[in-house]
Amino acid sequence: MTATTEKPAETRQPESFVAVFLRNLWSANTVTVTVLSIVLALVIGAILIIVSDPDVLATFSYFTARPSDAFTASWDVVSEAYGNLFKGAVFDPEATTFRAAITPISETLTYAAPLVFTGLSVAIAFRGGLFNIGGQGQAVIGCITAAIAGFALPLPIVVHLLVALLAGLLGGALWGFIPGILKARTGAHEVITTIMLNYIAGLFLTWLILQPGVQDPGRTDAISKTVDSSAQLASFGGALRVNLGIVLAVLVTAGVAWLLNRSAFGFELRAVGANPAAARTAGISVARTYTLLMVVAGGLAGLGGATQVLGTAHALTPAVAGNIGFDGLLVALLGRNRPWGTLLAAVLFGALRAGGNRMQSFSGISLELVTVLQALIVIFIAAPALVKAIFHLRAARAARLGTSMAKGW
Amino acid sequence: MSTATADELTEVTAPTRFWDRQRRLGAALVLIGLVATVVFGAVAASETARFTLSEDAEGAAFSINGQFGAILFGVVTVAAGATLLAGVARRWQTALLGIGIVGFVLSFLCWQVAGKFLPLVDTASGTLELALPLILGALAGVLGERSGVVNVAIEGQFLMGAFFAALIGTMATSVWVGLVSAAVGGLIIAAMLAVLAIRYLVDQVVVGIVLNLLALGVTGFLYERLMQPDAQRYNTPPQMPTWRIPGLADIPVIGPVLFDTNFLVWLALLLVVAVHIGLSRTRWGLRTRAVGEHPTAADTVGIRVRGLRYLNVLVGGLIAGAGGAYFTLVATGSFTKNMTSGAGFIALAALIFGRWTPFGALGAALFFGFAQKLATYLSAVGSPVPSQFLNMLPYLATIIAVAGLVGRVRAPAADGQPYVGR
Repeated sequence: MTATTEKPAETRQPESFVAVFLRNLWSANTVTVTVLSIVLALVIGAILIIVSDPDVLATFSYFTARPSDAFTASWDVVSEAYGNLFKGAVFDPEATTFRAAITPISETLTYAAPLVFTGLSVAIAFRGGLFNIGGQGQAVIGCITAAIAGFALPLPIVVHLLVALLAGLLGGALWGFIPGILKARTGAHEVITTIMLNYIAGLFLTWLILQPGVQDPGRTDAISKTVDSSAQLASFGGALRVNLGIVLAVLVTAGVAWLLNRSAFGFELRAVGANPAAARTAGISVARTYTLLMVVAGGLAGLGGATQVLGTAHALTPAVAGNIGFDGLLVALLGRNRPWGTLLAAVLFGALRAGGNRMQSFSGISLELVTVLQALIVIFIAAPALVKAIFHLRAARAARLGTSMAKGW
Repeated sequence: MSTATADELTEVTAPTRFWDRQRRLGAALVLIGLVATVVFGAVAASETARFTLSEDAEGAAFSINGQFGAILFGVVTVAAGATLLAGVARRWQTALLGIGIVGFVLSFLCWQVAGKFLPLVDTASGTLELALPLILGALAGVLGERSGVVNVAIEGQFLMGAFFAALIGTMATSVWVGLVSAAVGGLIIAAMLAVLAIRYLVDQVVVGIVLNLLALGVTGFLYERLMQPDAQRYNTPPQMPTWRIPGLADIPVIGPVLFDTNFLVWLALLLVVAVHIGLSRTRWGLRTRAVGEHPTAADTVGIRVRGLRYLNVLVGGLIAGAGGAYFTLVATGSFTKNMTSGAGFIALAALIFGRWTPFGALGAALFFGFAQKLATYLSAVGSPVPSQFLNMLPYLATIIAVAGLVGRVRAPAADGQPYVGR
C-alpha cells in the first residue's frame, strides 16, 4: 500500500478557483475522508453480499466462460439491497401518499435521536481527555430510572414527561459519577471501570425487570409495566414513529456546543483534555473536572436511554437500550467529537439502521450488514492514513484528522 | 496506570499514611467477615450442608451444620482481617488475604448449601470449563499488553473463532480442523488490530471496540445468510472428544476434573505455563517486557519494537481464537449470533484482575468461572440470592482492584501507547 507520491510540477501562475477546489477536494480533508470511508465500507459490504449469496456465487463458477452473468447477477443483488437501504432511510420514489413519502425520514430520525445523546456523551468526555466507554451502562440506568418515573409516579401531563427525563438524566449521571470519582480519587482508568459498569448495569436491569412492582403483572416474560402516556415523548402524528426526542436532541446538541465552546467549564475541560499537568498548574482542579465531566457525560447518555424508553420502547426489556451506547461511541468518532458533527453522524447511523430494516424485509439481507457497515466506516475514519493510502490522497494543509488519542490504560 | 492520579501530579513526597494497604485490606476483611458471621449466620438454616463427591446426595466428603459453618468461617475471616490490622510481617499478607476470602466464600456456601448438597466434582469441572475461554482470552491479552498493545478485541476474537470453528469444522467434519480454523479466525481480528494500532497508530481501545462490532456484524450476517438456511451443511460441527487418562483419572476430585476432560483444557493450562516461563525466563520474554515498559529504551538497544508487538498480538490472536472454539466445539454444538455475550470482556477483567501475569490471569479466570458456576448452581436450587448479582462479581472485583481499594494493580507502563519510532 505504498503510495507512489509523484509530486505535480509546481506552477507559478495563479490557479483558477476550480483547480484549487479540485485539488483540495482530492486531499485528505475531513469531508473527503468521511465520504470515501463510507464508499469503501459500502464496497466491502457489497462484496459480503455477493460472497454470501449462493446463486450469485454459482455464476462465478463459470466466470471465465461468461463473465457477464456474474457481473449482472452481482450488480442485481447489490443494487437491490442498497436500493432498499436508500428507500428505507431517505425516500421511496414509489410512495403514493404523503405519509409513505416521509415515513423513511421519520424512521431515520427516530433511530437517530438516542444516538445523538450517547454520541454527545462520548464526544464531550473525549474532549476532556476521558474515554467514556460506559455510554451503554449509563444509557441502561437512564432507561431504568426514566421508565420507573414514567410508570410509578402519578403526575400531570407535561410535568410527568419532564420528571421522567430528569430521572433518566440523573440515573445516567450517577452511573457516570462512579468512574469519574474513581478516576479523580484513585486514578483507576475510566476505560476499565466503565466497561465493567456496562455489564453491571445490564445484569442489574435483567434482575430488576423480574421484580414485583416492576414487571408487567399481566406477563410472565421479562418486560416491565408500560410507561404512562403522560410521560411518553409525543410522536408527531399518526402512525409516524418520530417523536419529540429528536427535537430534544437538537436542543441538547446546541446546549453541549455552548457548554464546550462558550462556558467556563468547557474551557476547563478542554484545557484538562489537552494537557492535565498544564491545566493543574494554571489552577484548574483536574480531579473536579474529571468527576464533573463524567457526571455530565453520564447524564447525556442517561438522557439517551430515557429518549429510547419514553420515545419508542415504552417499557423495559432486557434489550431495551439496544446497542445505543456502543453505537454512540462510533457516532462520536465519526462526528470528530464535535457536537454538530456528532448530530450529523447520528442521523447517518439512524439512516443506516432505518434502511437496514427495509433491506432485511425486502431483500432478505440481514440487519447485521448495517453493523458491519458502521464498524467499517469508523475503522476508516479512525485510520485516515489508511484511506489516504488507498486513494492516493494528497495531504491536506489543515487536516484535522487526529489519528490517535491513545493514552493507554 | 500510566495516568497519575490527578492529585498526585504535583505531589512530591507521599507521606506515610496510617491507612496503608495492609490496614485497608485488614479492615475490609474484618468488615466482610462480620457480614458473614452476623448475616449469613443468622439466616442460615441449622441443617446439614453436605459437600459430596458424587452427583447425588450420597457419599458426602464433608458435612457441616449450615449455621455453625457460616459463623465459623465468618469468624475465620474476621480473625484474618484482625491479624492484618494488628500488623504482621509483610510476607504473610497474601496468605492472610487468601484465608480471609476463602473463609468468606465458605461461610456463604454453608449458608446456601444448608439442608442441601453441593457436588464437588461437578462444581470443580464446571468451574474449569467456564474458565477455559477466559484463560485463553486473558492469555491473549497478556501477550499483547505486556508488549504495549491494549487488546479490547478479545470478544471479537472469540466470536470469529467460534464462528470459524463451527463453519469450517462442519465443512471438514473434523474437530481439529475446526480448532485450527478457530485460531485463524482469531488471527484475522488480531491482524486488523495490529495493523491499525501499530502501523496506523489508531487509538487501541477504539480499534478494539470497533473490531468487536465488526466481528459481531460479520459473524451475525454470515450466520443468517449461510448457517440459518442450511444448518446441516454449515453449522453442525463435531464435538471435541473427552479423553480419559487411565490411572490419573481415578484420583478423587482432581482426577475427573483434570484427567478426564478435553484437549482444550490441557492446551490452556499448558499455555499458561509456557507463557509464564516465556515471559520470565527467555530472551523473547525479556524483550517483550522491555517493549511494554519502555519502548524507546528497548529500541535503543536494538530490539525491533513494532516487529515484536506484531508477533505478540498475532500469537495472542491465535490463542484467543482457540478460546473461541470452546463455544462451538465444547460448550454447545452450533454457532448462534453473539453467542459469546460478553465473555471476552470477562477475559479482559481476568487479565486486569490477574495483574497482567499468566498465573494471575489463570487464578482470576478460575475465580470468575467459579462465580459463574455458583450462579447457575444457586439458581438451580432456588436460592434467594439472584444469579445476576453473582454474575456481577467479576466486574465488581475488577473495579475494586483497579481502584486500589484492595491493592493497586498496575499495567505495563507503555500499554496502549503506539510507538512512532526513532
